[in-house]
Amino acid sequence: MNSNYSILIVDDEAIVRDSLSKWFREDGFVIGVADNSATALRQLQAHRWDVILLDIKMPGMDGIELQQRIIELDPNVTIIFITAHATIESAVQALKRGAFDYVTKPVDPDHLSHLIQNALKQRKLTGENIKLKESITEFFKADDIVGESPQMKKVYELIQTVASTETTVMVRGESGTGKELIARAIHSNSQRKFFPIVTVNCGALPEGILESELFGHERGAFTGAQYRRKGKLELADGGTLFLDEVGNITMKTQMDLLRVLETKQFTRVGGNDIIRVDFRVICATNKDLEKAVADGTFREDLYYRLNVFSITVPPLRERKSDIPLIANYFVKKYSQTMGKQINCISPEAMDVLVRHDWPGNVRELVNAIERAMVIGTSPALKPQDLPFQLLNLDKKKKPSSGSLAAVEKEHIELILEQNGWNISRSAEILGIDRVTLYNKIEKYGLQKPS
Amino acid sequence: MINAIYILNASTLQEQDLDRIVHTVKTIFRVPVFVKQVGLDFGSAFDGSRGQWNSTVLLSQIITNSVGDDEKLVAIVDVDLFIPVLTFVFGEAQFKGTAAIVSTHRLANQFYGLEEDKQQLLQRLEKEIVHELGHTFGLYHCRQFECVMRSSTYVGEIDLKQVFPCQDCQRLLLKNFS
Repeated sequence: MNSNYSILIVDDEAIVRDSLSKWFREDGFVIGVADNSATALRQLQAHRWDVILLDIKMPGMDGIELQQRIIELDPNVTIIFITAHATIESAVQALKRGAFDYVTKPVDPDHLSHLIQNALKQRKLTGENIKLKESITEFFKADDIVGESPQMKKVYELIQTVASTETTVMVRGESGTGKELIARAIHSNSQRKFFPIVTVNCGALPEGILESELFGHERGAFTGAQYRRKGKLELADGGTLFLDEVGNITMKTQMDLLRVLETKQFTRVGGNDIIRVDFRVICATNKDLEKAVADGTFREDLYYRLNVFSITVPPLRERKSDIPLIANYFVKKYSQTMGKQINCISPEAMDVLVRHDWPGNVRELVNAIERAMVIGTSPALKPQDLPFQLLNLDKKKKPSSGSLAAVEKEHIELILEQNGWNISRSAEILGIDRVTLYNKIEKYGLQKPS
Repeated sequence: MINAIYILNASTLQEQDLDRIVHTVKTIFRVPVFVKQVGLDFGSAFDGSRGQWNSTVLLSQIITNSVGDDEKLVAIVDVDLFIPVLTFVFGEAQFKGTAAIVSTHRLANQFYGLEEDKQQLLQRLEKEIVHELGHTFGLYHCRQFECVMRSSTYVGEIDLKQVFPCQDCQRLLLKNFS
């Protein structure tokens, strides 16, 4: 039974409409008929059709013109032209405009039957493909960047603006701000999203290896090159090449890279064949490239080639309103992956997180949450679950009178508070024995709050 | 409720040739089956440009033989049938209607340059008659490989299927029978 599929028959001859609708009705299709273009357009607006059988020669608007209107209404519909007036010219015209096929009346029933089955098979595949792409898009969105601050909203706007273009993008920002996430967001919102995004960490590789990583190599190009290997430029063909830490590449590689970016062609190390590639470049750096250009350590021409559209990711300390959002997002994420029943952050712990300056930015925050999730036990993360240095740094922000004794007193008091005045645990954290801790409590006149 | 099926013979087949068909139709549809000799106006259905006969025109003539809603009619003809949009048809039926028509023309081996085989012709004919009658009872084309209701667009496909409907079509047939 084909009752899930519908066919619209558009033909000015009643006998053709009748015989075709009868033929397909026996196959269980839902059938609609139209004797002219205007009726067909009304039918298209009223219902969704899977296949349209379209006559070319009709009074008024002909089939070719109607095809154009149909595509405007439903670009995914499958159109098959069926006409007695077969000419090569009209067939080619129809197919060029996206018709699935073209048959002449009278049609061999076997041919028509197979044609419809193939059209439906293709339609089913197209539908599956669309759904798959949508789910992939959802998948990318799920790992999106977190933040609702005005600074981040500006970043999102810039991503949206530049994503659909082919422009080279430079993402700038301190270490740990999520530059790679921004690059991935641009890629996953671009036309290239179904091709790979290939990351090259320019800062992590020495010159010779970086060259081989980027361009690939031929067999025997150097000692140990036993096989031909594709470089990252080749792997990124059709997709995006993400050059991370681009400020760290040497002058020679800068020159090679510039040539590739300008010509989109290169040769493998030790090879002669010219390889043509098509990729978009997104690069990231935490360096002051303008200064590097002024110092002569970064080529000016490469700088202009890369710095076409710049997005600066603000450091976390400049968007503190995002800290609770990011922290909660990762608490939820880790509670799922670790299978822990921790689903929120206590107000005290959140206060510590918000007051901290996060020199390591989002990366540092995420690591702190991950660590806290590992050691935390209660339904809410508490200050004592957070990294020790975080608490110390937090304390450092409010220095006391300055004497060593005053600092010691404040620190002991803090550790005791964080550990609920548990002497053994506090002594262990402070690295002193319990007796010494008791002596110091007495010396500084510390008292357990009632 | 259907009380009778009439096989209207307008072909050169003799009544005794149709005995097995009568038996099969009676077994499947469980109603009395009768054979009647009829004459059709083939001239009005002939299309000179195609050298074929319009099955829809002939079908409308067959319907005039109907006397009540409680019977089904299926005519057998020897001429090559077509509907305007297709190059040929083995037969045609009124979907959920009264009448159907089946042609022996493309069921005979001679059409394909092969030796005459009467038994094979009758086997194919009974399958097509059951198939077209199935449409008059509201059965759609079936995807079951061996079901008689599977669509056949060339004669080899008719040989592959059986004369009986599959279980699903049988169930639908019983439901639609009343």
